[in-house]
Amino acid sequence: MTQGGLRICVLIVVALFGAGPILAGLWQALRASFAVLPAIGATAPSLAPWRELAHLPGIATSLRLTLISGLGATALALLLVMAVCITRSGRDIAAHAPKRPRHARMGTRQDPKAQPATPQPSHPSAPSAGPRTAHLALAPVLAPFLAAPHAAMAIGLAFVIAPSGWIARAIALILGWSSPPAWITVHDPGGVALMLGLVIKEFPFLMLVTLSALNQIPLHRTLVTGRTLGYGTGTLWLKTVLPQIWPMLRVPVMIVLAYALSNVDMALILGPSNPPTLAVLLTRLFSDPDTTLLLPASAGAVVQALLVLATFGVLWATGRAMRAVGLVWLRLGGRGARPAWPGQMLRTATSVVMAGLLTLGTLSVLALLMWSLAWRWPFPGLLPQTWSLHAWQGAQGNWHAPLITTLVLALATTALSTLLAIAWLEGEDRARKRTPAWGEAMIYLPLLVPQISFLYGLNILFLRLGLSGGLAAVIWAQTLFVFPYVMIALAAPWRALDPRLARTAAALGAGPWRQLVAVKLPTLLRPLLIAAAVGGAVSVAQYLPTLFMGAGRMTTLTTEAVTLASGSDRRITAVTAALQAALPFAGFLAALLIPAVLHRDRRALRGGGGSPG
Amino acid sequence: MSLDLTRLSLRFAAQPVLFAPLTLHVPRGTITTVTGPSGIGKSTLLDAIAGTLPGGVAMSGGITLNGQDITGQPAHRRRIGLLFQDAVLFGHLSVGDNLAFGLSPDIRGRAARRKAVTTALEQAGLGDMASRDPATLSGGQKARVALMRSLLADPQALLLDEPFSKLDAELRDEVRSFTFAHVRARGIPVLLVTHDHADAQAAQGPIVALGGRRP
Repeated sequence: MTQGGLRICVLIVVALFGAGPILAGLWQALRASFAVLPAIGATAPSLAPWRELAHLPGIATSLRLTLISGLGATALALLLVMAVCITRSGRDIAAHAPKRPRHARMGTRQDPKAQPATPQPSHPSAPSAGPRTAHLALAPVLAPFLAAPHAAMAIGLAFVIAPSGWIARAIALILGWSSPPAWITVHDPGGVALMLGLVIKEFPFLMLVTLSALNQIPLHRTLVTGRTLGYGTGTLWLKTVLPQIWPMLRVPVMIVLAYALSNVDMALILGPSNPPTLAVLLTRLFSDPDTTLLLPASAGAVVQALLVLATFGVLWATGRAMRAVGLVWLRLGGRGARPAWPGQMLRTATSVVMAGLLTLGTLSVLALLMWSLAWRWPFPGLLPQTWSLHAWQGAQGNWHAPLITTLVLALATTALSTLLAIAWLEGEDRARKRTPAWGEAMIYLPLLVPQISFLYGLNILFLRLGLSGGLAAVIWAQTLFVFPYVMIALAAPWRALDPRLARTAAALGAGPWRQLVAVKLPTLLRPLLIAAAVGGAVSVAQYLPTLFMGAGRMTTLTTEAVTLASGSDRRITAVTAALQAALPFAGFLAALLIPAVLHRDRRALRGGGGSPG
Repeated sequence: MSLDLTRLSLRFAAQPVLFAPLTLHVPRGTITTVTGPSGIGKSTLLDAIAGTLPGGVAMSGGITLNGQDITGQPAHRRRIGLLFQDAVLFGHLSVGDNLAFGLSPDIRGRAARRKAVTTALEQAGLGDMASRDPATLSGGQKARVALMRSLLADPQALLLDEPFSKLDAELRDEVRSFTFAHVRARGIPVLLVTHDHADAQAAQGPIVALGGRRP
């Protein structure tokens, strides 16, 4: 029986189409940074590109802005997550005593010591998505923020915080202003708006990841045991809970760091424009008609990769240092100087900040809708004076073609990624072993390497192969980023599936394919569709892969929205961005409704939890 | 006609063998009981016989069913039924379709297949439940459906992994006598793993205690 065949095939596919091209793209960038780019006739190695990069006007400011906004946004989001956990632990989190996923418990019915093969839930990619888990209060509130594409959220936020936005209008109504204030909020030179936008998008991601990490540790027992030993809640979190969940948070935090330091679409819409962040600067250089600029741009791409790598190093070192210091602190046995910490102040402050962020995010999406339907909207009215569908109908509102392109790309990439994820997980089942760590690392590699660092190099390779600018190239480039998220969404429910279902089917005479198609996939319909919806949302949100691999000729809602955001009619921009935001929501809605209808008579599968049989 | 194990031993990677090598003859029509302390590997033994061993378990020795060596065969070709503590019904299928899933492909034609399912349901006292959601059945009903599903696949041997241990005391007697009556009627070798002395007594067959970890 070729038990390991499928697994090996999938590994080869991922290596060949995923990790390999990324490394090749990085290699191209590295070569070009030393002036070797035969495509433009540069063949003599030199340090000139690096000198050019160093002499670019405003490069130092760009680097500083990148570091401040990227590190700042990640740190703020992470701090807020920790503050929410510590201050709300008594209520939303510990109150619903966290349950391990049912099947994890069943898996231990045999002697756990004698079963090293049972995967222990210690892997970053295994957040428990069990339906009946803790944190019921927070998760559904956060999930929609994950669905909204970065660009749409950024455009909406720009509408809200602009001098003519809702915030200024609200103040104007109170203070009696008659004209917009002279604020510089969007594109502010300090990058504050960009940081705010990043925190609004990344806080919900980190929070959800943390909540599912908390589900995999005996949180309730840890806290209760600690309290009986006389520890205060806050001290307990720092001494016992945080060290347990950190290994599961490390990769997600790295993903956020890489994104925050190197994103282009949010930085274009919200960030400072002159000088901009490094990634935006590089995008401009790469897109410049003057091809000699490709060389310093490549040097910049290398710098961008090193920057991210360096912050990973800092993250790792900080983790080690905190562990060392924490152990000393732990052994001292202090129960917390003030057992009441965290006090009411911190609790209130955390709630206010979180509510503020989520409100801003909600207002941003609402603002898109509002502007797309507004006709006359004079300052300082909170609502438009006259409404119109003009922006949706008008000849300028040319959103049909981008919508079709976006849909085609989303469907193709999601189908590919979901199939690949199923093949990966089924391959593991048949080989009866988990993929080693290096294999898993290949999945996450595209999320950890800055897109700008390898995409252009890759595009050069594609040009040489004559593949650039085509639909296939864009589908493939997007799939690089869609697949990891589909895997993240699908792996946990797949691995939590009761293994006895497939064994029962086998004992009834069903071969591997019938087990997969007739038992596993239908049982996993809901998580499968949710994973597909996640994939669709990621595809819709892609900017740089579409721009570079499409050679600028592929227009999606995202590329259109980002282009329009720099100075077009607000209404037209709003229409495009609103559509861009609506697609993922439609996807998630379908993912929830389809199983509800198909499985309306199947209690065990309706998402209310419970195990089959 | 029998299920035979020859010097069967199992070990998890880099650990001592789970139990002393086991040679066992399970004749047809009897229910042979295997007991032993928890952790000795009773469930793993059944996995080995059914062909559903988890990764990382090394097996040595041989398994023959009705004189045929099935040691290397994949689970779905062994024709060995397997029942767990839980019924493990397929949650996406109706009760009737759960039975139809296992029904031997030798029975051809829609009418004949439907009749086989209906007959089995009636034997289990569940005649009107073909279209029911399995999640809405009681524990005893689920256990009976699981048994009927196994038997419809026409197994050549049956493995029972503590199948009554999760049932209430009164229900247990009822399900046990139902199960034993049906499997005896089949005249196939049956291997029962249990902690419960009452189970072993009711089985009325030989009792094998899995031994210590001698090399």
